[in-house]
Amino acid sequence: MVRIFGPLVGLFFAAALFWCFGNGAVQYLTAPAAKTAESLFHKHPHEDFKLASDGVFGRFDRAQLQRGFAVYQQVCSNCHGLKYVSFRDLKDLGYSDPEVKAIAKQWANKAPTLDEKTGDKATRDNLPADHFPAVYYAGQGNPPDLSLITKARHGGAAYVYSLLTGYSDQPAKLLKRFPDAKTPNGLYYNPYFANLNLAMPAPLTSDGQVTYSDGTKATVPQMAKDVSAFLTWTAEPKLEKRKQVGLAVVLYLLAATALAYMAYRNVWAGKKH
Amino acid sequence: MSFPWAQEYKPSHPFMQYLDEKLPLPRFVYNAVGAGYPVPRNLNYFWNFGVLAGFCLVLQIVTGIILAMHYAGDAKLAFASTEHIMRDVNFGWMLRYMHANGASAFFVVIYAHIFRGFYFSSYKAPREMIWLIGVAIFLAMMATAFMGYVLPWGQMSFWGAQVITGLFSAVPLVGESLHTWLLGGFSPDNATLNRFFSLHFLLPFVIAALIILHIWALHIPGSSNPTGVDVKTESDTVPFHPYYTAKDGFGLGVFLIIYTSVVFFAPDQLGHPDNYIPANPLQTPAHIVPEWYFWPFYAILRAFTFDFLFIPAKLMGVLAMFSAILCWFFLPWLDTSPVRSGHYRPLFRKFFWALVVDAAILGYCGGSPAEEPFVMISQLAAMYYFLHFLVILPIVSSIEKPEPLPFSITEAVLGKDDKAVLTPHHAPAPSAA
Ligand code: HEC
Ligand code: HEM
Repeated sequence: MVRIFGPLVGLFFAAALFWCFGNGAVQYLTAPAAKTAESLFHKHPHEDFKLASDGVFGRFDRAQLQRGFAVYQQVCSNCHGLKYVSFRDLKDLGYSDPEVKAIAKQWANKAPTLDEKTGDKATRDNLPADHFPAVYYAGQGNPPDLSLITKARHGGAAYVYSLLTGYSDQPAKLLKRFPDAKTPNGLYYNPYFANLNLAMPAPLTSDGQVTYSDGTKATVPQMAKDVSAFLTWTAEPKLEKRKQVGLAVVLYLLAATALAYMAYRNVWAGKKH
Repeated sequence: MSFPWAQEYKPSHPFMQYLDEKLPLPRFVYNAVGAGYPVPRNLNYFWNFGVLAGFCLVLQIVTGIILAMHYAGDAKLAFASTEHIMRDVNFGWMLRYMHANGASAFFVVIYAHIFRGFYFSSYKAPREMIWLIGVAIFLAMMATAFMGYVLPWGQMSFWGAQVITGLFSAVPLVGESLHTWLLGGFSPDNATLNRFFSLHFLLPFVIAALIILHIWALHIPGSSNPTGVDVKTESDTVPFHPYYTAKDGFGLGVFLIIYTSVVFFAPDQLGHPDNYIPANPLQTPAHIVPEWYFWPFYAILRAFTFDFLFIPAKLMGVLAMFSAILCWFFLPWLDTSPVRSGHYRPLFRKFFWALVVDAAILGYCGGSPAEEPFVMISQLAAMYYFLHFLVILPIVSSIEKPEPLPFSITEAVLGKDDKAVLTPHHAPAPSAA
């Protein structure tokens, strides 16, 4: 039975697949998929982008994270939230308790409150235990929450950096080949963005836009790099700990496995197999 | 059960003797994975993967139960609760990475285990039942992993659930009702998430029960071996403990080194970035792809792009995808060669390697966008897949002339021994027809 029906079923599927393949091939040869502006002009993130936190021995550069936080605070936080991060998490960046308290208290975007008795809405100062408050953006487009952005995009921090530094005019070649692909009003051309035009105006435009307290010169690439590093931390505050624990675990396992190998050789000694 | 020369459990401590009388659990363990289980002496490292798979299941259950203590199975909270696990729960990040990558490790191990079965035709008599239970375990694993991936309620969770449950709507006549019933709504939502969580919690224990049956069935004929020749004499075997506990212990160490390297140094490498975006029913991701271990089957599903003989393409795809696994159930009767091991089957061996390459190609296409040339390549690869199991294997097994087999395992290991004569007492284990 199996040896009769089996081959029949096999030939049935093979025939159906051959039919699909034939039809697909005809379609492919007669009407090949047209090239799109995205397929020709989309750029991949800079591959040489490196952070101190990369690699097996990677550690966060605390000074850089603090600068990146300044960029977020002074620029990005106007449009983007950071809802999975709380103010007290900032202690990881090297801020002291009073500093964190002050940052939370002075945060321009206040925490919303609701009076249970009257139903009145009001605001209060943020506390260290609060998460960063939600940001409401009235302009065009929906700025995504940035807490996880470096994990939520191919290329991670390198992508964010490339996007922030990648704004340009639309190449003449593109417009010549795809006259309909002109960047629509209210959008901005950026070859690193998947469909080339996004609703975010270039957020980092001039040197010195952000005030750095550690004397580092706030060039555009520097600010872009710092904020990408900061967003790597927000996406995974436990990254450093993960690598530290990982090193200990792998070293331990290497030693244990070496012992296990010797035990195995010992048990099997003289037993051919 | 086992061979006549199996060592007998003889507890020396009075308490153990007492226990053996009232509840012979230690005896059971002794006979299952202790000195009481004689195993061929010539097993290679591919025989390590069964133990590793068992380890993975325990790992998933332990990490999963702790995750479930912190996870919220509610569409509004699920994503945030996973981030809570990653950020606020002590070592929650480690548990989650262990669990998510543990699923991948489990599938790596199980694929090695299954392909071991293909190459050494471990599915043949007298081990058909072990194989059949194994395929059932694999199906349950796929269901478990699919539902687990939905739990964090990211974009891929949601859209993966949308696509895969959508397959049921291809069923003629009742498809739409079946789909709505399975989801508890018209598209994945809270009801879906809740039932998936419940089933994701339950199925691993079903798998554990199936594994017990799998091992039980294994211990009737005992393990096969790389020569495929039946065990004949005591010198063909060694007691499982300490020989294979030691060997598997070393294998487990190597496995753990690789696994922890991924968990601690590249934990998101195997996942998809889109799953770090909260589920959004209004925004379809550019490419919906399942986890890597489903790619070959996903490629087969998507290979059916045109209706065939009035059967809608979608239905064909669903039928083919399930058949791609269901046909494994029939392997013991499709491959009728009396020789088990691929070592002695020159023609079969060539097709085996073709299957390995074919599966890799299918996997690659399944992970790529549904565009040409990937679709055409997966159509050809899927064609080979079905022909391999359903047409080529039956033909090869009838026309192939196998190479000569060693007389016994002992001979294969120690070289020819003229004194070795097969006495009637040691006739090969009866192989069920
Ligand atoms: C004027 C408001 C505004 C400011 C300031 C701003 N953004 Fe944006 N951002 C947006 C909007 C709107 C989008 C959505 C774009 C779209 O999807 O078309 C966006 C999208 C993004 C994205 C996601 C792109 C993608 O792949 O989907 C990233 C990353 C990003 N912004 C980073 C930043 C960083 C870093 C800063 C601070 C240096 C910043 N933004 C400042 C408005 C802003
Ligand atoms: C056969 C064994 C199992 C497999 C293959 C498996 C697979 C998976 C997968 C692929 C995920 C998604 C991971 C992610 O993206 O984070 C997941 C999540 C989850 N699993 Fe499992 N799992 C298994 C056993 C269990 C068990 C036994 C439990 C609990 C009793 C469990 C509880 C959970 C929970 C709570 C989540 C969601 C949290 C999270 O996303 O990390 N799992 N599982």
